[in-house]
Amino acid sequence: MSEPKRQQQAMIRNFSIIAHIDHGKSTLADRILEYTGALSNREKQEQFLDSMDLERERGITIKLQSVRLPYRAKDGKEYILNLIDTPGHVDFSYEVSRSLAACEGALLVVDASQGVEAQTLANVYLALDNDLEILPVINKVDLPSAEPERVREEIEEVIGLDASEAVMASAKAGIGTEEILEKIVNEIPPPEGDPDSPLKALIYDSIYDAYRGVITYIRVVDGSIKKGMKIRMMATGKEFEVTEVGVFAPGPIRREELTVGEVGFMVASIKNVKDTRVGDTITDAVHPASEPLPGYQPINPMVFSGMYPVNSADYGDLREALEKLELNDASLRYEPETSGALGFGFRCGFLGLLHMEIIQERIEREFGIPLITTAPSVIFHVYKTDGTRVEIENPTHMPPQQEIENVEEPYVQAAIMVPNDFVGAVMELCQSKRGNYRDMQYLDANRVNIVYDLPLAEIVYDFFDQLKSGTKGYASFDYELIGYKSSNLVKMDILLNGEPVDALSFIVHRDKAYHRGRALVEKLKELIPRQMFEVPVQATIGNKVVARETIRAQRKNVLAKCYGGDISRKRKLLEKQKEGKRRMKAVGNVEVPQEAFMAVLQMDDDKK
Amino acid sequence: MTPGAVYIHIPFCTHKCHYCDFTAYVVGGQPVDDYLDALEREMARTAAEVPPGRIHSIFIGGGTPTVLEPQQLEKLFNDIRRHFPDRAPGIEFTVEANPGTTDPSKLAVMREGGVNRLSFGAQTFRPDLLTKIGRVHTVDDIGHSVEQARAAGIDNLSLDLMFGLPEQRVADMEVALDRSLELEPAHFSVYSLKVEQGTVFHKQWLQGELPLPTEDDELEMYQLTRRRLEAAGYHQYEVSNFSRPGMESKHNATYWLNEPYYGLGAGAHGYVGGWRHQNVKGVSEYIRLTREKRPIADSHRVPFVEEMENHLILGLRLLDGLDTRVFRRRYGRDLGDVFGPVVDDLLRRGFLHTEGERLALTETGLLFGNEVFASFLGEAVI
Repeated sequence: MSEPKRQQQAMIRNFSIIAHIDHGKSTLADRILEYTGALSNREKQEQFLDSMDLERERGITIKLQSVRLPYRAKDGKEYILNLIDTPGHVDFSYEVSRSLAACEGALLVVDASQGVEAQTLANVYLALDNDLEILPVINKVDLPSAEPERVREEIEEVIGLDASEAVMASAKAGIGTEEILEKIVNEIPPPEGDPDSPLKALIYDSIYDAYRGVITYIRVVDGSIKKGMKIRMMATGKEFEVTEVGVFAPGPIRREELTVGEVGFMVASIKNVKDTRVGDTITDAVHPASEPLPGYQPINPMVFSGMYPVNSADYGDLREALEKLELNDASLRYEPETSGALGFGFRCGFLGLLHMEIIQERIEREFGIPLITTAPSVIFHVYKTDGTRVEIENPTHMPPQQEIENVEEPYVQAAIMVPNDFVGAVMELCQSKRGNYRDMQYLDANRVNIVYDLPLAEIVYDFFDQLKSGTKGYASFDYELIGYKSSNLVKMDILLNGEPVDALSFIVHRDKAYHRGRALVEKLKELIPRQMFEVPVQATIGNKVVARETIRAQRKNVLAKCYGGDISRKRKLLEKQKEGKRRMKAVGNVEVPQEAFMAVLQMDDDKK
Repeated sequence: MTPGAVYIHIPFCTHKCHYCDFTAYVVGGQPVDDYLDALEREMARTAAEVPPGRIHSIFIGGGTPTVLEPQQLEKLFNDIRRHFPDRAPGIEFTVEANPGTTDPSKLAVMREGGVNRLSFGAQTFRPDLLTKIGRVHTVDDIGHSVEQARAAGIDNLSLDLMFGLPEQRVADMEVALDRSLELEPAHFSVYSLKVEQGTVFHKQWLQGELPLPTEDDELEMYQLTRRRLEAAGYHQYEVSNFSRPGMESKHNATYWLNEPYYGLGAGAHGYVGGWRHQNVKGVSEYIRLTREKRPIADSHRVPFVEEMENHLILGLRLLDGLDTRVFRRRYGRDLGDVFGPVVDDLLRRGFLHTEGERLALTETGLLFGNEVFASFLGEAVI
């Protein structure tokens, strides 16, 4: 009975593609789809894998896709290739590791001019952790700037992979596609696993569908899953009845069952993506597996910020928007919070800055709700003098200075790859961001990998922007959380017109407090339009004012001339003025524009 | 309601000023006679479509209407009389003039044609400043023109002054006020400079080469104007307008009361039968179109809500404010029902005050008029 399954199992190859942004992952995926006939030219969208508008605009993958490709190899046999996509950003590295865990092999795509980047390296390590067979592909070899030999050496030296067999490809020009497919068939092992064991299927993503509920993307490791089966999620213990299974080819196609080694989807009237957690194991509720698959971790947001509607009337709509986004995003957290300055809103937790920006942009764009987002913060561990410990994810909740014994903040280990010339700039930046030097390796004559331990709070502050500008965009960057360390941190408050604005409070290292306070009040002076009265802007620690600026009063605002014919034009001017006002939030008597709440991120105080 | 006011645009000038974004072309080489013929055609078509009733005010603006030669002026006045024959006894008939462009023969024709008010664009009394803003008249031309007008029997005179000009100081404004008060006009319009797109000033401003006075100085010029004119017996009846008692501009009141008017000539705006329209701006296109139809570039029916908003935006510019009973009569709604929350908010914040049935700007409201006007947009409760 299981013999046909074993035969099929031998013909399956599960793989993903690891590549840095712009190194050609999506184009290569398109070529493979075309070559195997899974995607006819007619139905071909520019880049199949990145299906959300936002993904395409930013060139990143947020939601994963997979596709099942039939391929008749040169040996005359018919293979089933499953291409599983991986997200392309450090915020989503756990998701990457789970989708890699669903594969036996990976294509490592490296740009023939750019070489290996930090992101790529991080993902290769994840792939090696999962014992994947890695097939190097040097892409864009047809460009004039291509240096495939240098890149080949770099792959060998930096990653320690044998790249002598690397495929020289140009996804754009369609060069090397067949060679890649042959290598997939010949070098990536077929899936192991026992068709007769109790079901174990790995969840590597899920999406919410308004009609069918949650669609869970799975890889069957042992046993098989079919319609009507009672299943259990091993981490959450939740049980469901399977209503549908199928594969993507590339459109969804229903199947009787999914068996060992197969990749596809499963529907089971699940209402919330939080019930199908990435990395969890699905098993048979009646004959459960004894052990889940290794590697599951509950997802914990690392970055927090407040999201408030500009118009308080939009609060209900904002809640609805978050509910809808949450259906599709198991890592998004939110809970209601109230700010003295901003009114009712939500404290939201994200995997990282990009994740935060994506959610913010989707709320504004897809739901049409103008938002005020407060500066991102991390979770601080505060040990109080009374012996208790509190976790602070909103600076406003920081206990008074005299009740604090000690504060710890999260640290990450960051790997930064740059051309030689920028080593000085990067080290200077890391030092200014309170980094501790760990290591430095020369990857080749021109490129260096620099390793620093850095406070996460500094990363979410403006590290990315400064790294980018300090290295002319040549640096690539990756990090992982390494734990908490004690730091001399203080809470800084901002007062507008004498009133503290809770949404502008932030936590900062004492040594940087003065500079940052000064820079922030200057920036706020620039961003907040003049009001009808003078507005002092102060930065304080405890009761001590460390910086002060004054926004001078606006003294008049009137159209000098207005006759009959002018009225249409004047209306336009007045409408513009009114629209500007709509995007502002009244804090006490002061009208504050949206950007001001993010101002703390827009300063380059460390350059002074 | 048939319009009781007529605006006629003469789009020619001897020279284009650096702040001007009106429809105006330098007169040399322009087909002025053809234009006047076209204007006559437009009058005929307009009067046929919307037959005029009794006319209370006529305003010929520009450009510089006084660049027309006496016989051209004469033709224009005859055409106006023919197509808009029914004149109210106290009609106000104004022609805009630049100092130095009037002479006794033109003035005689004007008086003959029924003109009884002249509005002179004096702007400033500092000679180098006049040059800098692109004016071609001299300080002496101003007094001279005023004298000539009076000699010709036209003594209802208005002077335009400007403040907030590049390099202008408060002291310059003081001189301008002193010198123009000596001329004892019946009326003043005092405007602050607004740098409009497409002007010489805008170009200079973009290049950072327009040394505008500070906001404090500009405000001081305005307040100085208000104090000096008030002290000299002129009362401020609108944001930018001052007059001797009873000498307020009737024509402009049409605009501020949101009442209809005919608008004729290239680039002119009109408000007739609930529609606002603008004519084509180009002279030759204007001439060509009038052969076939009314030379309208675009027009829109003013929606009810917009009409009420306009009523407030325009009406509150008058320092006496607006009469809520007139509002109710005209729109069939109580102002309080339509704009209650906005009005309450503005009253509370001290931008507006009420006096009997009238609603008007306070001193603060006057300086922050835009805040007040903008706050009505989109807020009507229907």
